[in-house]
Amino acid sequence: MSFRLKLVPDHTSFDFFKHAWLTFGASVVAVIASAVIALVMGLNFGIDFKGGTTIRTESTQALDIAGYRAALSPLGLGDVAITEVFDPNFAADQHVASIRIQAQGDAEAVTPETITKIEAALQAVDPEVRFISTESVGPKVSGELIWTAVWSVLAATAAIVVYVWVRFEWQYSIGALAALVHDVGLTIGIFSLFQIKFDLTIIAALLTILGYSINDTVVVFDRLRENLIKYKTMPLKDVMNLSVNETLSRTVMTSGTTLIALISLLVLGGDVIRGFVFAMTWGVIVGTYSSVYVAKNIVLFIGLDRDKQPEDPSAIFFTEGGANADP
Amino acid sequence: MLQISLWKRVLIIGLCLLGLAMAAPNLFYNRVEGHNDALAAFEKTGAMTAAQEEARAGWPDWLPSGLVNLGLDLRGGAHLLAEVKVAEVYKARMDALWPEMRKALAAERATIGSVRRMPSGEDELKIQIGEPGQIARAVEIARTLATPVVTLTGVGQNDIEVTGTGDTITVRLSPAEQAATDERTMQQSLEIVRRRVDAAGTREPTIMRQGNDRILIEVPGIGSAAELKDLIGTTAKLTFQPVVGRGSNPNANPGAGNEILPAADDANLFYTLDKVPVVSGDELTDARPDTDQNGTPAVAFRFNPTGARAFGDYTANHIGEPFAIVLDGKVISAPVIQSHIAGGSGIITGRFSVQEATDLALLLRAGALPAGMTFLEERTIGPELGQDSIDAGRIAAVVGLVAVVGFMIATYGLFGVFASLALLINIAMIFGFMSMIGATLTLPGIAGIVLTMGTAVDANVLVFERIREELRTAKGPARAIELGYEKAMSAIVDANVTTFITGVILFVLGAGPVRGFAVTLIVGIVTSVFTAIWVTRVMVAAWYARRRPKTITL
Repeated sequence: MSFRLKLVPDHTSFDFFKHAWLTFGASVVAVIASAVIALVMGLNFGIDFKGGTTIRTESTQALDIAGYRAALSPLGLGDVAITEVFDPNFAADQHVASIRIQAQGDAEAVTPETITKIEAALQAVDPEVRFISTESVGPKVSGELIWTAVWSVLAATAAIVVYVWVRFEWQYSIGALAALVHDVGLTIGIFSLFQIKFDLTIIAALLTILGYSINDTVVVFDRLRENLIKYKTMPLKDVMNLSVNETLSRTVMTSGTTLIALISLLVLGGDVIRGFVFAMTWGVIVGTYSSVYVAKNIVLFIGLDRDKQPEDPSAIFFTEGGANADP
Repeated sequence: MLQISLWKRVLIIGLCLLGLAMAAPNLFYNRVEGHNDALAAFEKTGAMTAAQEEARAGWPDWLPSGLVNLGLDLRGGAHLLAEVKVAEVYKARMDALWPEMRKALAAERATIGSVRRMPSGEDELKIQIGEPGQIARAVEIARTLATPVVTLTGVGQNDIEVTGTGDTITVRLSPAEQAATDERTMQQSLEIVRRRVDAAGTREPTIMRQGNDRILIEVPGIGSAAELKDLIGTTAKLTFQPVVGRGSNPNANPGAGNEILPAADDANLFYTLDKVPVVSGDELTDARPDTDQNGTPAVAFRFNPTGARAFGDYTANHIGEPFAIVLDGKVISAPVIQSHIAGGSGIITGRFSVQEATDLALLLRAGALPAGMTFLEERTIGPELGQDSIDAGRIAAVVGLVAVVGFMIATYGLFGVFASLALLINIAMIFGFMSMIGATLTLPGIAGIVLTMGTAVDANVLVFERIREELRTAKGPARAIELGYEKAMSAIVDANVTTFITGVILFVLGAGPVRGFAVTLIVGIVTSVFTAIWVTRVMVAAWYARRRPKTITL
């Protein structure tokens, strides 16, 4: 039991601020670029947010997308998008298509008659076709879902910022906020860039990213607070570098195990949740980056009042374990 | 020394065993489900078929039998979000109020002049009187029909508000009464939807009120949302209305207070009916399939006392006149009243098949929905898709788990083994806890569990890294382990509380599968902190007490 996998050596002394202008600058540019991309290209909203209907079909015969389109066009459904779904888990004779139909006028939801007509038209093209799932969201609900989503992201951000402010100091909460904006911004940016379907589950992923990213950031902050008490005269920048270096092996381990789990889900988990898992995988990567390269920069930029460094408030609650510790 | 008091050790080990025991039934999902279904059927009907008896025997009664509910996205089924048009009830109330109002006002015709109903908005009743000078008197009379509202918030308010301008009285429901009416409408709708879905004999439907006027219906195992909609959406609004005349022109002028409705079985026949029903389906207490005197299928019904009285009075006074039975806006039959029907029971004849008569009886028995519904959202998930997702999720989870365990052991050696055991217990506890509270596992929920595997080791990583650091400053192993747990605590707490916050927000604001994800996330945080801090500590302490190593490698 002497072999140990060491991804990070015991002692590291990377200077994480050496290229601060480059890393922080790149982050700022990336966030702005994401915002521009999102504004220009827009997001590929799923029916949760846009209203409309999606039908998932499965057939043992090879897909005939042109045939599907020709069969559906006489029905006058407006904008119809037909895409073939690929997944490494599918069997050789499993051909899956996703058909998306825009909201029909101001109807609250699609009528069963329309669905029946669509199914009959498709069955005429391919008698083998089966309808695996049908989802329909009316415009009223989709509008509300957008607001709920926006609110939940804002509420989560606010709650986290307040928590960090209470447990640490306001400068830390600004740093945390910057990291959160960075992570959410970049995630929205990449979804817009690749036009990946953006629906309610992606919002769930975004919120999880918030939780994960802050998790990482808080661990660094926690060590920073501890070191600030220990090294009262060391420059703030050096204490920060020391703190990140000390927590580096933990950061790499946790991000590593999380990524291992997420990547196995990304590859093997099926296409239904691929978008969701992709968002989380991406979020773990940018979240880890932002806790090392974004959050601290802001705190350094604002500066900390070194004279009134509070003791860790949790020390008051959790000293019990140390009471009976005896070397 | 690394000491944990006995009661703590017992408590920790006990909780782990409890978690494992609660999770165990999920390994035998189909068998336990069969057992539970058989028991549920027994409770409902008091009898068991041979097949059910066998299913019940498939799992011992004394073992825990709680299962994690599978969400629609894993099991397949239909999801509907319906909005109840609560305002429709206001119109019905106004229509019902008019005959009473007319009677009260007509009694004073000498002073206030003629009384006429005016066209008005759906939620109000406008009445024109002949003598504009007497409007105050007319309002006073109309107000005598108001009754106080009995609700907590509506104290001191009447059910209707009466105002007069010029020669017109306007009557509408007061805000307190509107609120009370909405509440009643929703409760009634929920109850009726529940009864109709239950009558179809599906397993564990979720029927929940959402917000002020919405109902969420999720039924696992049903073929499609359209089928579910047919089941609950049929209003089966039954009324008995006096017939004024019949003809073949649907666009003829029906005259004031009348309406023209088509016959159900003859496209060229239209009835002119008095708009105000004598009795409506709300007053039915029972309906069952039956046959009429000629042996053709019919539906027998029975009214409650008020309905029976109204029905009896009307039939007594209108012998020889036709009387229309109207179902969902169509006249299904218009028999001539042969005699006074006292006692409030009778039969509905039409040209029914046996099946139609049975369906109609079921619909009538389940009661009419008090207001129409629009469906805002509907989703159908096929069972194959659900099974595919479960299979894919299971494979991904196993591969992820093996990889994480391998990674942890390669990095931390024996301590990695402890962390991996804690991780396994953690996953079992998540399932156990979810089974206990009857939470629903959804597809994002599976992703949540896989994510938890990645992050659950985080607390242990924090502790182990800390122990490594303490070991470097050449403390004894016991002291280093103690300090490692102690000093990592604040980072663990902060990191998990923030994730917990987002989990709670996800749960409060999310819906459906997202909520399922939030539940697994929250449960996962609680159990992972417990297993990472306490369970590994018990293991480390036990190992340390036995081996007493002089040095440890981590």
